[in-house]
Amino acid sequence: MKIDNTLYTKRRIASQIGLALSMSAMAVGLSVLIWILYVLFSNGLSAFDLNLFIHDTPAPGTEGGGLRNAIVGSLMIVALTVLVSTPVGILAGIYLTEFGDESKTAELTRFVTDIMLSAPSIVLGLFVYAIAVSTVGNFSGYAGSLALSLIAIPVVMRTTENMLRLVPGSLREAAFALGAPRWKVSTMVTLRAAQSGVMTGILLAVARISGETAPLLFTALNNQFFSTNMGAPMANLPVVIFQFAMSPYDNWVRLAWAGALLITMTVLVLNILARVVFRDKVH
Amino acid sequence: MNQTTQLKNAIEVKNLNFFYGKFQGLKNVSMNIAERKVTAFIGPSGCGKSTLLRTLNRMYSLYPGQRAEGEINLYGQNILDKSQDLNLLRARVGMVFQKPTPFPMTIYDNIAFGVRLYETLSESEMDERVEWALSKAALWTEVKDKLGQNGLSLSGGQQQRLCIARSVAVKPSVLLLDEPTSALDPISTGKVEELVNELKSDYTIAIVTHNMQQAARVSDFTAYMYLGELVEFGETEQIFFKPAKTATEDYITGRFG
Repeated sequence: MKIDNTLYTKRRIASQIGLALSMSAMAVGLSVLIWILYVLFSNGLSAFDLNLFIHDTPAPGTEGGGLRNAIVGSLMIVALTVLVSTPVGILAGIYLTEFGDESKTAELTRFVTDIMLSAPSIVLGLFVYAIAVSTVGNFSGYAGSLALSLIAIPVVMRTTENMLRLVPGSLREAAFALGAPRWKVSTMVTLRAAQSGVMTGILLAVARISGETAPLLFTALNNQFFSTNMGAPMANLPVVIFQFAMSPYDNWVRLAWAGALLITMTVLVLNILARVVFRDKVH
Repeated sequence: MNQTTQLKNAIEVKNLNFFYGKFQGLKNVSMNIAERKVTAFIGPSGCGKSTLLRTLNRMYSLYPGQRAEGEINLYGQNILDKSQDLNLLRARVGMVFQKPTPFPMTIYDNIAFGVRLYETLSESEMDERVEWALSKAALWTEVKDKLGQNGLSLSGGQQQRLCIARSVAVKPSVLLLDEPTSALDPISTGKVEELVNELKSDYTIAIVTHNMQQAARVSDFTAYMYLGELVEFGETEQIFFKPAKTATEDYITGRFG
């Protein structure tokens, strides 16, 4: 075989240039990420102590304080959101794959879901403000959960649908061949086969909504004091960060950084959980 | 033509035509499946043998655009009738597929799943049924100590025997096997063939195979199909040693296909 040396050399050089370009692109992305984490840690770690979890947000001008009410408030709002959006999202995903499939209703649902996935969260917040806040006359944790659900449901729905589609048709047929009714095939066999993927989808939806600020601005607003009443304005981390970050008070700014660090750590842990705990164990 | 007149027929297929959309997959097929005998469907790829098998438990009804015309009588009842309850039909006519498909549950639950659909058994009765089914599938000794393990942890041959045990556990009238050993190694294939021989004393079996030697080894009756038509049907010995049609003889002797 006669090898054309110039051609070969040109290809080798092109390959090396390509490799160098992709490595630098990765380096840029990675260094930005590391830079963000560094800034977060260096600013937020100083305020990370037990007080953060014991005290509530301080009044303007007072010293010290913590984020207890915001942490509890965020936990409650996110918990309610998950409770609502998980069953709705999963059931809708099952409908799209197992029952609707090509029907007009299913096509329409997918189209609307895709729009909602890219809808600006501030628009969703305003929408919930119009229907659940101004109508009732007060801000509430419930309205906050509603707004976050509108973001979470499309995510869970799409992930569930994609994971269910990955289940081979032969598994479904095997269950039908035993005389199982459609809903039993969907829940006891297909959904079970896709369960780790679906759980991952839910965790990632939670990670996404943990840091959403705009929807909460118009719905849950904020609360200076500790409260577990979801029918009234509730403190939550993203809005507290928003309020404190650009304020003139030193302790407020430190608390804002601590809150940002807290949210980032939560998202990181959730992503790690999704990868480690819910990977497919049997292959 | 109808050598099964002395025996009782579990299934009688009459003038069956099958369509995938506009394409006709089966052309005017008529034949019988004798009770408690093994009937093999052989023929080259695309001849319609799997299509024919899948009409017998109306598996095709899962897919819009696939339809069958004609009559298929299961013990006198036409299963192509619109009023036929599909789930009940599939509980009576079981199917094992080419690719082993254990459910994502424990071995015990894999077997119990089908049984629980239509029968209420006490815990001890269910234990007995599971043991019985696994023994029938020659798998009991290998898995009796790990019934709580996931079905996917078994080897390919074991998984396929698990699927057979799963189908047998519900005590169907007919068992349909769609190339059950294509994906298995020779030793597992041998075990499954032994199984089929044993099972036929209690079950009516229809098996699709592209392996002619397997058909000769395992079946009592053989149907040779080509391009959607039933070319010849008769006792296996007769088909393999004295085929009535040249077309059959050509296929059997490997002249084509």
